[in-house]
Amino acid sequence: MPNLVSDFTTGRYDVGFQTKMPPAISAFLRALILPMLGVLVFTLLWSFSASKIDTSLGKFPGPGAVAEQVVNLYNEHQASREKELAFYERQEQRNAARIAKDPTYIPKTRTFTGKETFVDQIGTSLMTVLSGFILAAIIAIPLGIAIGLSKSLNTAINPIIQIFKPVSPLAWLPLVTMVVSALYVSSDPMFAKSYIVSLITVTLCCLWPMVMNTSVGVASLNSDWTNVSRVLRLPTLTHIRKIVLPASVPAIFTGMRLSLGIAWMVLIAAEMLAQNPGLGKFVWDEFQNGSSSSLSRIMTAVLVIGLIGFMLDRSMLLLQRWLSWDKSTQVR
Amino acid sequence: MEPLLNISKIDMVFPTPKGDFTALKDVDLQIQKGEFISLIGHSGCGKSTVLNVVAGLYNPTQGGVLLNDREVLEPGPERAVVFQNHSLLPWLTAYQNVELAVDQVFAKNKSPAEKKEWIEYNLKLVHMDHAMHKRPDEISGGMKQRVGIARALAMQPEVLLMDEPFGALDALTRAHMQDSLMEIQEELNNTVIMITHDVDEAVLLSDRIVMMTNGPAATVGEILHVDLPRPRERLALAADPQYNHYRSEVLTFLYEKQRKVEPISTKTKDSAIKTDVKSTA
Repeated sequence: MPNLVSDFTTGRYDVGFQTKMPPAISAFLRALILPMLGVLVFTLLWSFSASKIDTSLGKFPGPGAVAEQVVNLYNEHQASREKELAFYERQEQRNAARIAKDPTYIPKTRTFTGKETFVDQIGTSLMTVLSGFILAAIIAIPLGIAIGLSKSLNTAINPIIQIFKPVSPLAWLPLVTMVVSALYVSSDPMFAKSYIVSLITVTLCCLWPMVMNTSVGVASLNSDWTNVSRVLRLPTLTHIRKIVLPASVPAIFTGMRLSLGIAWMVLIAAEMLAQNPGLGKFVWDEFQNGSSSSLSRIMTAVLVIGLIGFMLDRSMLLLQRWLSWDKSTQVR
Repeated sequence: MEPLLNISKIDMVFPTPKGDFTALKDVDLQIQKGEFISLIGHSGCGKSTVLNVVAGLYNPTQGGVLLNDREVLEPGPERAVVFQNHSLLPWLTAYQNVELAVDQVFAKNKSPAEKKEWIEYNLKLVHMDHAMHKRPDEISGGMKQRVGIARALAMQPEVLLMDEPFGALDALTRAHMQDSLMEIQEELNNTVIMITHDVDEAVLLSDRIVMMTNGPAATVGEILHVDLPRPRERLALAADPQYNHYRSEVLTFLYEKQRKVEPISTKTKDSAIKTDVKSTA
């Protein structure tokens, strides 16, 4: 008996599970099991509390209701696609028939005007956030580099950045809407006005974190590297291309990840507010609709928004690890 | 003989919020082609400032530096610098780090094949040909410093400036690097100015040791000619009376004539703390 106690206290029994397994496998299991456990506990809590909440639109949606809506929303999308195909088929047949009767007839083609499905809205939102983000990067990175390199430029522009940085892009939304309607006039527009408005809103909110991070990254350039460049008498453009840009890649990516996260949140709100196509409009439409399944459809949208935000962040992290020389970037 | 490099009566004054700080006063030194010069002195005596003035990274307040009778006004590859912390670009491999210098310096004079050969030749010279395509974070401190030297040598400088090149290395690696440097010197016979803290290093490598007085207003204290035959052998020299004489000369200068007087430094530290308190209050 004393033997058993001492065995136990020295941990001979205690660690059996971990010592028998190679550390790599045990680490893998830990990385897999712990998050699954977290999700499970959350789902149970959610399911339990959802059943306790009654709203005027029925019970608060639990996991089951959401799962049901995922299937429904996908089926609706499929049905809508089939309808669209059928519509174009009919149109083609009709036109072919008219041409057969009268060869001088110029066929009219109309585009399908069905309601956007949930899947369409996801596509629209993703498209908007990515294009707005890329536009912001095209403006912000060169601007940030210029500000980082020149103290005078920094002193001149810094007050403007500091004032505009804390402004929610949603405050810009009415102004952007009016300006776009006034300036973007074309009989055959390449992009919808609503898309342009959302895009500019996203660009506005991505701009500041990217400019700030890039300029700070450039300004805190290691003085040894600048000295190397000076000894070599690198021309300004070569200096930027070979030294400044690679050296600030980690800082640039920090800004990009930060702004992409903000952009995704702001875009959904902007779509709700401006009734621009996208996931935000889907949520708002469902809320206005007020059917018994509305809440569970909104809950589904909430989860999808979260998942996409998570995927966007991970993709940026992967891109950063692929492009950046600084491999010490934490996966967090 | 006309000196290759003429450091002519330079003063260096840095403006600070508390008034001007005179780092160097009347530093005067002439260096012949092919000479190996060590600058030795206590920390803070302005050795690095002298080197930075020669490199062109600082402009002196008074006096000037002439290289081949032409005044040094800005940094340039003919005065290549080996920095203390290697200062390799971490996103480039050893080869690419040297390539950056070669592409810039020999943009017009060498064909791509010649450039490649020249880069490889220089990396071989510092015994880094086996790890050419590794990045700085994949190689040891001594290897990084070797690449730094290869990059400087690849610029084919008229004067090679080394700022405590082996200061950050452990004693064994340092000894190894000193041997490598002597071997390279034998082959290339460069003109070198090297800053060091290490008395043995200075005696072993130099033709002349320039000993600097303590700052502020530091200047050249004594110059010691080291008349030991080359090639020099570390082990054989350890018992050589001439070598030990040179060594004790430098030690005497550093620890008797220019001993750092501690009370002054603690006093200045105290006053610095006091002013700090004032500024934060």
